[in-house]
Amino acid sequence: MGNGTSIGRVRGLGSAHSGAGNWLQERFTGLASLIVSLYLLFSLLMLPAFNYQTVRAWISAPLPATAMVLFVVVNFWHARSGLRVVIEDYQHEHASKLFFLLALDFAVFAGGAFGVLSLVRLALGA
Amino acid sequence: MATANRNRPLSPHLQIWRWGPAMLVSILHRVTGSGLSLVGLAVLLWWLGALVSGPDAYATFAAVMGSPIGLVVLVGLTWAFWQHLASGLRHFVLDIGAGYELESNARWSIITIVASVLLTAATWAFILLR
Repeated sequence: MGNGTSIGRVRGLGSAHSGAGNWLQERFTGLASLIVSLYLLFSLLMLPAFNYQTVRAWISAPLPATAMVLFVVVNFWHARSGLRVVIEDYQHEHASKLFFLLALDFAVFAGGAFGVLSLVRLALGA
Repeated sequence: MATANRNRPLSPHLQIWRWGPAMLVSILHRVTGSGLSLVGLAVLLWWLGALVSGPDAYATFAAVMGSPIGLVVLVGLTWAFWQHLASGLRHFVLDIGAGYELESNARWSIITIVASVLLTAATWAFILLR
Protein backbone atom coordinates (compact mmCIF):
# COMPACT_ATOMS: atom_id res chain seq x y z
CA MET A 1 0.00 0.00 0.00
CA GLY A 2 1.55 3.25 -1.12
CA ASN A 3 0.92 6.75 0.13
CA GLY A 4 1.33 8.67 -3.10
CA THR A 5 -1.88 8.53 -5.04
CA SER A 6 -5.46 8.35 -3.86
CA ILE A 7 -5.89 4.89 -5.37
CA GLY A 8 -2.59 3.75 -3.88
CA ARG A 9 -3.79 4.48 -0.38
CA VAL A 10 -6.97 2.43 -0.65
CA ARG A 11 -5.78 -0.40 -2.89
CA GLY A 12 -6.02 -3.73 -1.10
CA LEU A 13 -8.39 -2.52 1.59
CA GLY A 14 -11.38 -4.24 -0.01
CA SER A 15 -14.96 -3.04 -0.17
CA ALA A 16 -16.11 -0.06 1.88
CA HIS A 17 -19.26 -2.04 2.81
CA SER A 18 -21.38 0.98 2.20
CA GLY A 19 -22.52 2.80 -0.90
CA ALA A 20 -24.82 0.14 -2.32
CA GLY A 21 -27.52 1.48 0.00
CA ASN A 22 -27.77 4.85 -1.70
CA TRP A 23 -27.54 3.20 -5.10
CA LEU A 24 -30.51 0.96 -4.31
CA GLN A 25 -32.40 3.84 -2.68
CA GLU A 26 -32.01 5.83 -5.90
CA ARG A 27 -33.60 2.98 -7.88
CA PHE A 28 -36.43 2.24 -5.45
CA THR A 29 -37.42 5.88 -5.01
CA GLY A 30 -37.09 6.31 -8.78
CA LEU A 31 -39.63 3.54 -9.33
CA ALA A 32 -41.96 5.09 -6.74
CA SER A 33 -41.46 8.52 -8.33
CA LEU A 34 -42.47 7.10 -11.71
CA ILE A 35 -45.85 6.10 -10.26
CA VAL A 36 -46.71 9.21 -8.23
CA SER A 37 -45.35 11.62 -10.85
CA LEU A 38 -47.43 10.10 -13.65
CA TYR A 39 -50.42 10.19 -11.26
CA LEU A 40 -49.95 13.93 -10.68
CA LEU A 41 -49.37 14.68 -14.38
CA PHE A 42 -52.47 12.81 -15.58
CA SER A 43 -54.58 14.17 -12.71
CA LEU A 44 -53.64 17.72 -13.71
CA LEU A 45 -54.33 16.99 -17.37
CA MET A 46 -57.78 15.62 -16.42
CA LEU A 47 -58.75 18.71 -14.42
CA PRO A 48 -61.32 20.86 -16.26
CA ALA A 49 -59.42 24.05 -15.32
CA PHE A 50 -56.37 25.19 -13.36
CA ASN A 51 -58.10 27.91 -11.32
CA TYR A 52 -57.94 28.11 -7.53
CA GLN A 53 -61.32 26.52 -6.75
CA THR A 54 -60.85 23.57 -9.09
CA VAL A 55 -57.30 22.73 -8.03
CA ARG A 56 -58.05 23.20 -4.36
CA ALA A 57 -61.15 20.98 -4.49
CA TRP A 58 -59.14 18.28 -6.26
CA ILE A 59 -56.10 18.33 -3.96
CA SER A 60 -58.23 18.36 -0.77
CA ALA A 61 -60.03 15.12 -1.64
CA PRO A 62 -58.77 12.03 0.25
CA LEU A 63 -57.15 10.08 -2.59
CA PRO A 64 -55.32 12.98 -4.29
CA ALA A 65 -54.25 14.34 -0.88
CA THR A 66 -52.73 10.97 0.03
CA ALA A 67 -51.06 10.62 -3.36
CA MET A 68 -49.64 14.14 -3.15
CA VAL A 69 -48.13 13.50 0.31
CA LEU A 70 -46.47 10.44 -1.20
CA PHE A 71 -45.44 12.59 -4.19
CA VAL A 72 -43.66 15.10 -1.94
CA VAL A 73 -41.96 12.46 0.23
CA VAL A 74 -40.88 10.25 -2.68
CA ASN A 75 -39.58 13.04 -4.88
CA PHE A 76 -37.67 14.85 -2.15
CA TRP A 77 -36.16 11.50 -1.17
CA HIS A 78 -35.26 10.70 -4.78
CA ALA A 79 -33.83 14.20 -5.30
CA ARG A 80 -31.69 13.71 -2.20
CA SER A 81 -30.32 10.39 -3.49
CA GLY A 82 -29.49 11.83 -6.89
CA LEU A 83 -28.02 15.13 -5.73
CA ARG A 84 -25.86 13.31 -3.16
CA VAL A 85 -24.20 11.48 -6.04
CA VAL A 86 -23.73 14.74 -7.96
CA ILE A 87 -22.10 16.39 -4.93
CA GLU A 88 -19.86 13.37 -4.28
CA ASP A 89 -18.76 13.41 -7.92
CA TYR A 90 -17.69 17.07 -7.98
CA GLN A 91 -16.68 17.92 -4.39
CA HIS A 92 -13.40 16.21 -3.64
CA GLU A 93 -12.43 18.09 -0.49
CA HIS A 94 -13.82 16.65 2.73
CA ALA A 95 -14.89 20.01 4.14
CA SER A 96 -16.76 21.29 1.08
CA LYS A 97 -18.32 17.88 0.48
CA LEU A 98 -19.62 17.75 4.04
CA PHE A 99 -20.93 21.31 3.70
CA PHE A 100 -22.88 20.60 0.51
CA LEU A 101 -24.22 17.26 1.78
CA LEU A 102 -25.44 18.91 4.99
CA ALA A 103 -26.93 21.84 3.08
CA LEU A 104 -28.71 19.35 0.84
CA ASP A 105 -30.16 17.49 3.82
CA PHE A 106 -31.33 20.73 5.46
CA ALA A 107 -33.00 21.86 2.23
CA VAL A 108 -34.58 18.46 1.59
CA PHE A 109 -36.05 18.11 5.08
CA ALA A 110 -37.21 21.74 5.19
CA GLY A 111 -38.79 21.55 1.75
CA GLY A 112 -40.38 18.17 2.43
CA ALA A 113 -41.82 19.37 5.75
CA PHE A 114 -43.28 22.49 4.09
CA GLY A 115 -44.84 20.43 1.32
CA VAL A 116 -46.39 17.83 3.61
CA LEU A 117 -47.64 20.46 6.07
CA SER A 118 -49.24 22.42 3.21
CA LEU A 119 -50.99 19.29 1.97
CA VAL A 120 -52.24 18.38 5.46
CA ARG A 121 -53.65 21.88 5.91
CA LEU A 122 -55.36 21.67 2.53
CA ALA A 123 -56.78 18.21 3.29
CA LEU A 124 -58.09 19.37 6.68
CA GLY A 125 -59.60 22.49 5.13
CA ALA A 126 -57.26 25.26 6.24
CA MET B 1 -7.37 12.69 -0.13
CA ALA B 2 -6.51 16.34 -0.10
CA THR B 3 -3.18 16.08 1.65
CA ALA B 4 -0.59 14.90 -0.86
CA ASN B 5 0.03 15.36 -4.55
CA ARG B 6 -2.77 17.74 -5.45
CA ASN B 7 -1.24 18.46 -8.82
CA ARG B 8 -1.27 14.92 -10.12
CA PRO B 9 -2.90 14.51 -13.54
CA LEU B 10 -6.65 13.92 -13.54
CA SER B 11 -8.46 11.46 -15.76
CA PRO B 12 -9.76 13.07 -18.96
CA HIS B 13 -13.13 14.79 -18.70
CA LEU B 14 -15.87 15.74 -21.18
CA GLN B 15 -13.82 17.70 -23.70
CA ILE B 16 -11.55 14.81 -24.67
CA TRP B 17 -14.14 12.18 -25.68
CA ARG B 18 -15.90 11.80 -28.99
CA TRP B 19 -19.57 12.51 -28.39
CA GLY B 20 -22.05 9.68 -28.76
CA PRO B 21 -25.73 9.13 -27.94
CA ALA B 22 -25.06 7.23 -24.68
CA MET B 23 -22.78 10.00 -23.42
CA LEU B 24 -25.34 12.67 -24.28
CA VAL B 25 -28.20 10.79 -22.58
CA SER B 26 -26.10 10.14 -19.48
CA ILE B 27 -25.36 13.86 -19.17
CA LEU B 28 -28.99 14.77 -19.90
CA HIS B 29 -30.11 12.38 -17.15
CA ARG B 30 -27.97 14.21 -14.62
CA VAL B 31 -28.86 17.69 -15.88
CA THR B 32 -32.60 17.01 -16.00
CA GLY B 33 -32.54 15.30 -12.60
CA SER B 34 -30.73 18.25 -11.05
CA GLY B 35 -33.10 20.69 -12.77
CA LEU B 36 -36.20 18.84 -11.61
CA SER B 37 -34.81 18.74 -8.06
CA LEU B 38 -33.78 22.39 -7.84
CA VAL B 39 -36.36 24.13 -10.04
CA GLY B 40 -39.19 21.59 -10.20
CA LEU B 41 -39.46 21.04 -6.45
CA ALA B 42 -39.26 24.79 -5.85
CA VAL B 43 -42.20 25.37 -8.21
CA LEU B 44 -44.05 22.52 -6.50
CA LEU B 45 -43.60 24.09 -3.05
CA TRP B 46 -44.64 27.51 -4.35
CA TRP B 47 -47.75 25.92 -5.89
CA LEU B 48 -48.68 24.15 -2.63
CA GLY B 49 -47.90 27.20 -0.52
CA ALA B 50 -50.03 29.39 -2.80
CA LEU B 51 -52.92 26.93 -2.55
CA VAL B 52 -52.76 27.09 1.26
CA SER B 53 -52.38 30.87 1.35
CA GLY B 54 -55.54 31.54 -0.63
CA PRO B 55 -56.91 32.88 -3.93
CA ASP B 56 -54.71 36.00 -4.01
CA ALA B 57 -51.46 34.10 -3.56
CA TYR B 58 -52.64 31.54 -6.09
CA ALA B 59 -53.43 34.31 -8.59
CA THR B 60 -49.87 35.60 -8.22
CA PHE B 61 -48.49 32.11 -8.78
CA ALA B 62 -50.73 31.56 -11.80
CA ALA B 63 -49.77 34.96 -13.28
CA VAL B 64 -46.04 34.26 -13.00
CA MET B 65 -46.41 30.75 -14.42
CA GLY B 66 -48.58 32.09 -17.26
CA SER B 67 -46.01 34.73 -18.23
CA PRO B 68 -43.58 33.98 -21.09
CA ILE B 69 -40.73 33.19 -18.67
CA GLY B 70 -43.03 31.06 -16.52
CA LEU B 71 -44.18 29.09 -19.56
CA VAL B 72 -40.56 28.51 -20.63
CA VAL B 73 -39.89 27.13 -17.15
CA LEU B 74 -42.97 24.90 -17.22
CA VAL B 75 -42.27 23.57 -20.72
CA GLY B 76 -38.65 23.02 -19.69
CA LEU B 77 -39.74 21.11 -16.59
CA THR B 78 -42.14 19.04 -18.69
CA TRP B 79 -39.33 18.11 -21.07
CA ALA B 80 -36.93 17.44 -18.17
CA PHE B 81 -39.56 15.19 -16.57
CA TRP B 82 -40.10 13.11 -19.71
CA GLN B 83 -36.38 12.94 -20.51
CA HIS B 84 -35.50 11.89 -16.96
CA LEU B 85 -38.33 9.34 -16.98
CA ALA B 86 -37.24 7.87 -20.33
CA SER B 87 -33.53 7.75 -19.52
CA GLY B 88 -34.42 6.48 -16.03
CA LEU B 89 -36.32 3.56 -17.56
CA ARG B 90 -33.26 2.97 -19.76
CA HIS B 91 -31.14 2.82 -16.61
CA PHE B 92 -33.42 0.16 -15.13
CA VAL B 93 -32.79 -1.96 -18.23
CA LEU B 94 -29.02 -1.33 -18.02
CA ASP B 95 -29.11 -2.20 -14.30
CA ILE B 96 -30.26 -5.76 -15.06
CA GLY B 97 -27.30 -6.09 -17.43
CA ALA B 98 -29.15 -5.72 -20.74
CA GLY B 99 -28.74 -3.23 -23.59
CA TYR B 100 -24.97 -2.78 -23.59
CA GLU B 101 -24.41 -3.89 -27.20
CA LEU B 102 -23.11 -0.84 -29.07
CA GLU B 103 -25.90 -0.68 -31.60
CA SER B 104 -28.84 -1.22 -29.26
CA ASN B 105 -27.28 1.04 -26.63
CA ALA B 106 -27.05 3.90 -29.13
CA ARG B 107 -30.52 3.16 -30.50
CA TRP B 108 -32.25 3.25 -27.10
CA SER B 109 -30.30 6.38 -26.14
CA ILE B 110 -31.68 8.18 -29.20
CA ILE B 111 -35.17 6.78 -28.54
CA THR B 112 -35.24 8.38 -25.07
CA ILE B 113 -34.49 11.80 -26.62
CA VAL B 114 -37.08 11.42 -29.38
CA ALA B 115 -39.65 10.15 -26.86
CA SER B 116 -39.10 13.02 -24.43
CA VAL B 117 -39.54 15.64 -27.18
CA LEU B 118 -42.67 13.95 -28.56
CA LEU B 119 -44.21 13.46 -25.10
CA THR B 120 -43.49 17.09 -24.17
CA ALA B 121 -45.19 18.24 -27.39
CA ALA B 122 -48.13 15.89 -26.74
CA THR B 123 -48.51 17.11 -23.14
CA TRP B 124 -48.66 20.76 -24.13
CA ALA B 125 -50.80 20.10 -27.19
CA PHE B 126 -53.30 18.40 -24.85
CA ILE B 127 -53.24 21.37 -22.43
CA LEU B 128 -53.56 24.04 -25.13
CA LEU B 129 -56.07 22.31 -27.39
CA ARG B 130 -58.58 20.98 -24.89
